[in-house]
Amino acid sequence: MADITQGKTQGAQANRARTADENPVKRFFRATEIDTRLLGMVGALVIIWVGFQIMTGGLFLTPRNLWNLTVQTSSVAVMATGMVLIIVTRNIDLSVGSVLGFCGMVMGVMQVKFLPQFLGLEHPAIWIITLLSGIAVGAAIGALQGSIIAFLNVPAFIVTLGGLLVWRGATWFVTSGQTVAPMNATFRLMGGGTEGSIGATASWIVGILACIAIVGAILNSRKQRKRFGFPLRPVWAEYFLSILGCVLVLGAISVANHYYWPTNIARKFADANGIAWPDGGLQISHGIAIPVLVAIAVGIVMTFIATRLRFGRYVFALGGNPEAAELAGIKTRWVTVKIFTLMGILCAIAAAISTARLNAATNAQGELDELYTIAAAVIGGTSLAGGVGTIAGAMIGALVMQSLQSGMVLLGIDSPFQRIVVGVVLVVAVWLDTIYRARAK
Amino acid sequence: MKDQRTPLVEMKNISISFGGIHAVDNASVDLYPGEVVALLGHNGAGKSTLIKILSGAYKRDAGEILINGEAADINNPRDAKKYGIETIYQTLAVADNVDAAANLYLGRELRTPWGTLDDVAMEAKAREVMGRLNPNFQRFKEPVKALSGGQRQSVAIARAILFDARILIMDEPTAALGPQETAQVGDLIKQLKREGIGIFLISHDIHDVFDLADRVSVMKNGQVVGQARTEDVTKDEVLGMIIMGKVPPKAIPGPGAMQMA
Repeated sequence: MADITQGKTQGAQANRARTADENPVKRFFRATEIDTRLLGMVGALVIIWVGFQIMTGGLFLTPRNLWNLTVQTSSVAVMATGMVLIIVTRNIDLSVGSVLGFCGMVMGVMQVKFLPQFLGLEHPAIWIITLLSGIAVGAAIGALQGSIIAFLNVPAFIVTLGGLLVWRGATWFVTSGQTVAPMNATFRLMGGGTEGSIGATASWIVGILACIAIVGAILNSRKQRKRFGFPLRPVWAEYFLSILGCVLVLGAISVANHYYWPTNIARKFADANGIAWPDGGLQISHGIAIPVLVAIAVGIVMTFIATRLRFGRYVFALGGNPEAAELAGIKTRWVTVKIFTLMGILCAIAAAISTARLNAATNAQGELDELYTIAAAVIGGTSLAGGVGTIAGAMIGALVMQSLQSGMVLLGIDSPFQRIVVGVVLVVAVWLDTIYRARAK
Repeated sequence: MKDQRTPLVEMKNISISFGGIHAVDNASVDLYPGEVVALLGHNGAGKSTLIKILSGAYKRDAGEILINGEAADINNPRDAKKYGIETIYQTLAVADNVDAAANLYLGRELRTPWGTLDDVAMEAKAREVMGRLNPNFQRFKEPVKALSGGQRQSVAIARAILFDARILIMDEPTAALGPQETAQVGDLIKQLKREGIGIFLISHDIHDVFDLADRVSVMKNGQVVGQARTEDVTKDEVLGMIIMGKVPPKAIPGPGAMQMA
């Protein structure tokens, strides 16, 4: 007994000593509970951005380029959120690009050839019926592949490798290889562009709502911790996090609002609405693009699913120790089916974004997207060994990949060389992550 | 005296084979409330397999399981939990990448009225249970991977007692622990026993369990060699049962007993 008491005091002393030894930086991270890994990724992103800014002589960090960057990222970012859950459970999905292609083609045929027969062209319900049918097709494909993996015990790698070929073939089959275009005008808003952005006022409203949500979440978590008497974050850390969050959100919105409509579109708009053309041009803000809003909404919903719902808890437990999850009474097979169904739905949403952006459904849509999606998730800190990964990380990973490509385009680097760089970056990123994890242990 | 009560668990004539190998062959064991029964035998003697049938991890080929004298239908771990059977595995079956509270409630999470996880309530309860078991434990926010073997084992044990288990299966509970932690687990077993919980203790090391157990059942090559009350036999006699299948006079021989010529 004496031994135990002594051990306890020693432990407490060691604890206190450890806290006292910490340098201010460490104490700062402990107090704010910021994920240092995620911060490292943001740091890498900033380095890439600043690097390109210098190399392109100031072309990279412009509202226009950043706005385009976010729009180009959204399709892969949406799919990367689902890929995180798949990789966390030690599976892989190689079919997402083909499923995207197939869902896109189904939605294209739906809105261009099928629905207008009954509803007439440009009927206001066409876009939503199209989107819902695309999501249903994606969910069905995901559920099918998930069931084969879970109940017939075929490895996910093989099932989705088969899917890669099957759904690409199916995409060709639907229209015998013909491109379907143009898309429905309302549907096209999901692709962004001048029309598909919400404008300055609405963007500020979204930003203010986001700030209220951030402060509300911090207050709520503090209240919950108080209720059960858990250790609280220092007050300065709470203020710091609230202010940081709001500054980032409002800064991003300000950037989006500083990207104005191109002159010729603005002039057409002015003519159509009888606005006199002012000296120095009419400056109409783009604001946030709709696909970016969709991607952010998907990210929030997926984070909620992964961290706040029982299903998300099971996904991570299953990835950490499948046997323990099974023994704990989790219906592991159903969890697998649900994950792949969710992935199928996300592919359909990504397909809507990319077909709307291209204003066409082609049979090559989404080719190689599976690799970019997996790379985004892995660069974002998802471990292929399973059990580890965050939605936010994967979305930043997607942004990193797109930033590299976009920056290299601005630099005029040839397409083959771009791929070489992206490939090398993927390997280096995972290598650095391995080192980080080894040291964190 | 004991035999007039209804046993908490009775496993009768259980058999299971994997690809032609009889892992468990016509084995019978029983367990009374507030009793600790040690299941002993070499590695591969079939004791873990037998007990995994009770915990629902394997499905038996033949035989029956009675809980409180009534036939129980156990086909998976969820069924077993419905009968109040909780298992602590030798492989430390915890999900490494989530924290202690998440592990305690894995498969039976507390939820808020909106259907989301009530992490704060789970953590509060986890702090309470762990405080009783292992007052030194403070690392509630870290993934279980970061904990020591003993801490992980206390998480596993807390998980079992959190849900008012009536039958506890401990498969080599101290195999991964140091001496002090082993003593802690021993104290815990005595405490649970006083609360009327029946415990199956599985081990291949007789010294681990001899002082804790009321009875021992010895298995060899998938068969029960015999069973005895611990006060009726010596450690050497039990060793003889484990190694040679030789049944001492005061023990009750089973189907696996060495045939005396």
